[in-house]
Order: sequence, then C-alpha cells, then structure tokens
Amino acid sequence: MDSADLVDKRPVAAGDRSNPDRLADAPAIVSIRNLTKTYASGHQALKSINLDIRKGEIFALLGPNGAGKTTLINIVCGIVTPSTGTIVADGHDNRRDYRAARSKIGLVPQELTTDRFESVWTTVTFSRGLYGHAPNTAYVESVLGDLSLLDKRKAQIQSLSGGMKRRVMIAKALSHEPTILFLDEPTAGVDVELRRDMWALVRRLRDNGVTIILTTHYIDEAEEMADRIGVINKGELILVEDKATLMKKLGSKRLTVVLQEPVTSIPAGLEEWPLKIKQNGYELEYSFDINAEHTGVPTLLRKLTDLGIGFRDINTAQSSLEDIFVSLVSTRGDHS
Amino acid sequence: MSAIAFNGYGVWAIYRFEMARALRTIWQSLVTPVITTSLYFIVFGAAIGSRMTHVNGVSYGAFIVPGLIMLSLFTQSIFNGSFGIYLPRFVGTIYELLSAPISSLEAVLAYVGAAATKSIVLGLVILATASLFVPLHILHPFWMLSFLVLISVTFSLFGFILGIWAQGFEQLQIIPMLIITPLTFLGGSFYSIEMLPPMWRTIAYFNPVVYLISGFRWSFYGNSDVRIEISIAATLAFFFVCLAVVGWIFKTGYRLKS
Repeated sequence: MDSADLVDKRPVAAGDRSNPDRLADAPAIVSIRNLTKTYASGHQALKSINLDIRKGEIFALLGPNGAGKTTLINIVCGIVTPSTGTIVADGHDNRRDYRAARSKIGLVPQELTTDRFESVWTTVTFSRGLYGHAPNTAYVESVLGDLSLLDKRKAQIQSLSGGMKRRVMIAKALSHEPTILFLDEPTAGVDVELRRDMWALVRRLRDNGVTIILTTHYIDEAEEMADRIGVINKGELILVEDKATLMKKLGSKRLTVVLQEPVTSIPAGLEEWPLKIKQNGYELEYSFDINAEHTGVPTLLRKLTDLGIGFRDINTAQSSLEDIFVSLVSTRGDHS
Repeated sequence: MSAIAFNGYGVWAIYRFEMARALRTIWQSLVTPVITTSLYFIVFGAAIGSRMTHVNGVSYGAFIVPGLIMLSLFTQSIFNGSFGIYLPRFVGTIYELLSAPISSLEAVLAYVGAAATKSIVLGLVILATASLFVPLHILHPFWMLSFLVLISVTFSLFGFILGIWAQGFEQLQIIPMLIITPLTFLGGSFYSIEMLPPMWRTIAYFNPVVYLISGFRWSFYGNSDVRIEISIAATLAFFFVCLAVVGWIFKTGYRLKS
C-alpha cells in the first residue's frame, strides 16, 4: 500500500467543508441506544444516552469534568461494560460482534499512557498486530510520516516530548486503519501552538474519511473544529446540534458603544433598550438577538445621535459557544 | 473486514512484545537465576553435599537438581506471568488490550505463552548449568519435558492471576515470597520427604508443591516420594484450577473492567 492510501478516501471529501448540511444526510456510523451506566459504587455515570454519529463528521462531545464523556467513549470502545443499552459501530454490535466492531475503532485516551522503554516503531506495529492486522511497513511509515514521527521511529518513547507522545498515541490508534477515531481530550495540557497543529491534524484525518469523535472541555476547540456538538452534563446528553445551527439558534450579539463622555446612569430616553453601563461609564452595552426582525440597533444609534450623546466607536460581538454552554449547563444543573 | 475467528496477529504481537522485553532485560531474565542456581550448587552441592550420603541412590548434588529447577521455575513463571499483565495495568496501556478485537482466551494464550516460554528456556539453561557441576541422567525425558512445560504454564497462569489481582508491587511479590518460596523449600527441593520425622512427613503431604517436585524428580531418577500418577494428577489439577480462575476473571472483568 502506498502512502497516499493512508486511509480510505470516501466521497464525503467532496463539497464545501464549512457547510454543515453536507453531512446532514450521512448515515450513522455509530449508533448508541438507551445506554446507561451505573458503577458499582452506585454512581450513575450515564442516564439513557441515545446518539447517532454521522459518517465523516467531527463530533465534539462537550461537558464539564465528571459529566460522563470518558465513560461514554470507554463503553463504545469496550473498556467499560454498560449497564444497559446497545452500540452499533460501522454496522457491528459492539458486544455480539465485538471483533468486527472494535477493528473499526481507534482510541486515543486522555492520559499519555505509553510503553516508555519501547521505540515508536515497536509500539505502533504492536498496536497494528494487536488489532489483528498483518504487518504493513509502508502503511505504518505513512501514518508516522503524516504525524511527523517518521524520523523518530527508532526513538524510545520516553525521550519524546509530550506533544510527540500524544502523536505516538494517535499513530497507535490509526495503525489498524480504523474508520472511527475517538480522541479523548486531545489537547489537554498541550500548548497553544500544538493545539493548532492537533486541530489541523484532526481535520486532515477527517478529510481522509475518518469519522472523529472528540471530547473536550475547551469550548473554543469544539467551536473551531466540530461539525456537530453534543453537550453532556451529569450523565445526560442535554443537546445535540449542528454547530452552526446551535450558534444561530442560541446566539445573541452584543453591541458596545464607546462614549466620548462617561455617564453615571442610563441617559433619559434610552429606557426602552436594556442597556448596561461598562468601563466606568465609558461604554454602553446592548445585547440583541440576531434573528429578531427588529434588532433595535439602528434605532438605538439614531436615538443616541438625537440625544447628542457622542460616541467614538461601536463594535458588535457574537456570543461564543462558551456563553451558550455555560447557560445550558447551569440552567440544567439548577433543575436537577 | 469480515469478522475474524482467531486473532493470530494479535496473539503473536503480544507474544513477541513480551519476548522482546525479556531479551532486552536478558540479565534480569536469565543470567540472574543462573547465577543464583550456581550459588546453590556451590553451597548445597559442593560444600554441604560432599559431606552428605546418597539420597535414594543418587548423589546429593544430582538429587537437588530437579528441586532447584522447580524453585526457579515456580518463582520465574509467577514473576513473568504477573509482570506481563500487571505492567500494562500499572502504566495504563491496558486500555489497548481491552479495546482490541482480541478474545480473553487469546490474550491469556499470548501472555501466559510468553511467560511459560521464558520459564522453559530458563529451566533448560539451569539444567545445562547443573550438568557442569554434577553428572546428570534423565530416565524419562518425555515426562521430564512434560512436567517442565506443564508446570511452567501452570505457574505462569497463576502469576497472571496474581498480576490481575495485585493492586501494588508489594502485593505482586507477597504471594511468591510468603507462600511459594516457603512451600518449595519445605516441599522437598533439597531433601527427600522420607528423611523427615513421621509427623513432619504427614504434614508435608499437605504441601501441594511436594507432588510437583516429586514428580519432576521421578522423571530424572525414577524414584519419588509420592506415586507418579498422583504427581501428574496434582499438577493437572492445579493447572485446571488456574485456568478456571482466569476464565472467571475474563468473564466478570474482575479488576480489568468497571
């Protein structure tokens, strides 16, 4: 196999990648039904999870620490036994037909757990064999090459940096040519530059046809990369949505007006806009719904001019996924 | 890819991985036990043995050879079997084994196979070392090899169980140190049970190791403390008990899965 055949190229690659609709009709590659997990301690880690992962997408599972993200991944990968429920991975039940199901899945766990005394080459070829594949030097070389590890193939893992170790773990997970890749907190404890590299790598993998499910508690990571986002909190999947739809549906914008003269209270005549005073009276902040028919922005600006309130600058900002996430998790948390 | 019936590549990957580690730590794996055994020969064989009479018609130096091999076989099989599976648990790399398309039986076959291979090689190396010190003759080579293989496999399985049970390195060492080594020393490695006073002789028969050492020694010299059939039955029984426990571990996921 030549290095261009790193992973099977599938038609998903066609079309505009920034358009989430391209995946809307994609078949489910992972189907999770009525999945629950209660640990022996009595802790209910997952409460009836139902989720379909679409073929070819990057799905971000977002949630605070202890929400159940890792438990969910570990169940799909066969490391943790579920209390109830079924999982079908690429057409194979992950318990009845575990060999076929598992051979489709690659897992990069959160912890950097490696055989520190082994070489990169040994550990990656070991993984390939463990997953039931015949040795294939060209393929393993292409995986290492794609992860910029080829010149380190003889290096002992303990001599590598943290970022490289993470890449070795990805190489291990890709060694058996999986169609589904789970990345559990791929950028936890990784510096900004490496995070960017990791994001680029994940996109390349997706472009090569691998379906990617990543967990993160970095909102910007999900915002940056995901096609769809699932929010999990206290073992419940509280939301699954296309990222763009989510941003559109729940997004609001903020208009900030930088004043020439500070104000101590909301000037008379502006009561109909829910304004907030910021920066010691130098800024007025107005939140509005971008989807509303009348946002109130033009009238507000006109009114400011009419009232003779001078302003030096205006800017608008879209609320981030973080705002959405915090509001979701805290709202649901209050009800539970 | 269609479902595979037997993950031969997986078994081979683990087996080769384990063997490669042994080769990398050859000093620890092979040289240390050989040196230890040689020391036993110098102390028991040459220094003390020269003042001892024959035991059951065999010179004392030659008499202790099967016992010494067994001593190393027990401890090294347990060590290899337990370490192979405990290390991934300790380091965390066990996730890969648990998420791989490999059955429990295949995993055991690979880990225990590698551990037993190392023990068998070790046993043969000790045998070769012993032949430098004392004249050796093996009456029943087939049975000698059968015992060597069966006991290596059984104690590697036992070690595997230990490696799954242990929750720390201390626990990993406590069973070999507190149970296996004393039972081996008291099980006739260096003497015949017949040499004991009657009461101790009776107590010794409750020590399962007696049956293993006696059987192994029979394959060398044709005489034994207990009947050979009983020795074979005891060895097989221990083997099947270990096998059953390993089967249970994988069925329940004990200490492996939550």
